[in-house]
Amino acid sequence: MRRAALLAMAALAMAAPAAASSPAPKTTLPDVEDEVMCPTCGTLLQLAESPQAQDERDFIRREIAQGKTKEQIKDDLVANFGNSVLALPPASGFDLTAYLVPALALLAAAIGIVVGVRRWRRADDAADDDESPLEPGETERLDADLARYDL
Amino acid sequence: MGVLAVVGLLTFGLISKGGNSVDIGQPFPGRTLDSLDGNASESIADYHGRWVLVNLWASWCTPCRDEAPALEQFDRAHAKDNFTVLGVDSKDLTDDATNFVSEFGLTYPQLHDGSGALSDDLGTKGYPESFLVNPRGNLALIRRGAITADYLQTTVAPMLEGKAAQ
Repeated sequence: MRRAALLAMAALAMAAPAAASSPAPKTTLPDVEDEVMCPTCGTLLQLAESPQAQDERDFIRREIAQGKTKEQIKDDLVANFGNSVLALPPASGFDLTAYLVPALALLAAAIGIVVGVRRWRRADDAADDDESPLEPGETERLDADLARYDL
Repeated sequence: MGVLAVVGLLTFGLISKGGNSVDIGQPFPGRTLDSLDGNASESIADYHGRWVLVNLWASWCTPCRDEAPALEQFDRAHAKDNFTVLGVDSKDLTDDATNFVSEFGLTYPQLHDGSGALSDDLGTKGYPESFLVNPRGNLALIRRGAITADYLQTTVAPMLEGKAAQ
């Protein structure tokens, strides 16, 4: 048992430096092209087929060959084309509203539904409370009517 | 409230995407752009007091290749007339644009408008387009499409020499 534990520890010790030195996963063209626009085409680069889109893909391939990460490549595209090259706007400044407004709209809708359901339930309970019992005379008349049909 | 915000944003988007345009006699848009080499920023105001032919181009645009030699030749010939061509590389990769400038030996100043913001200000429909700005900073001519040596000689040159109405 002890020997097995020692062997396991030795194996871990040998594996650890290898894991630490393994390179980060290489960026690929599909990783990038579904997150950036073709500025002249006005569509996602992934869907664009124009010569300008091919130029942009070549640029991305060159950056990948230089070992750049996806974020570095996107930064370089922004330096060339401005923020509009990003398929998703940055989460800062005015562009932050693109993320905040839908979230706030969902929150407002959820609050509206909860408030509406509560009001509806309250109104229903009040209606139940309003159901007045039969008047004494009506009770006797009901009994008499039922007795007539009693078989 | 949320619905109002969404409607407001959509309206803003529609308005801001709406086609801008400029007319002869109007001031040229005062947008500041980086130079193509990235070492400086300039706007048309920096050229106040001079005639400027603002030429919007891109390295991927075939008619831009056709007109580049004529623009360079005209710029050199009319430097004495207080005139310059000002190239604005638009929606283009900086490296491709720099190669284009080297290939055609362009010596006039070049700015970079990667997002096409100035093109939007000018209501540009395609490339190339050229805009002659007078020394007061107002538009004197608009050329949608490629420029030719003949157009430069017969239409632009008389304005620089004061032989045509501005």
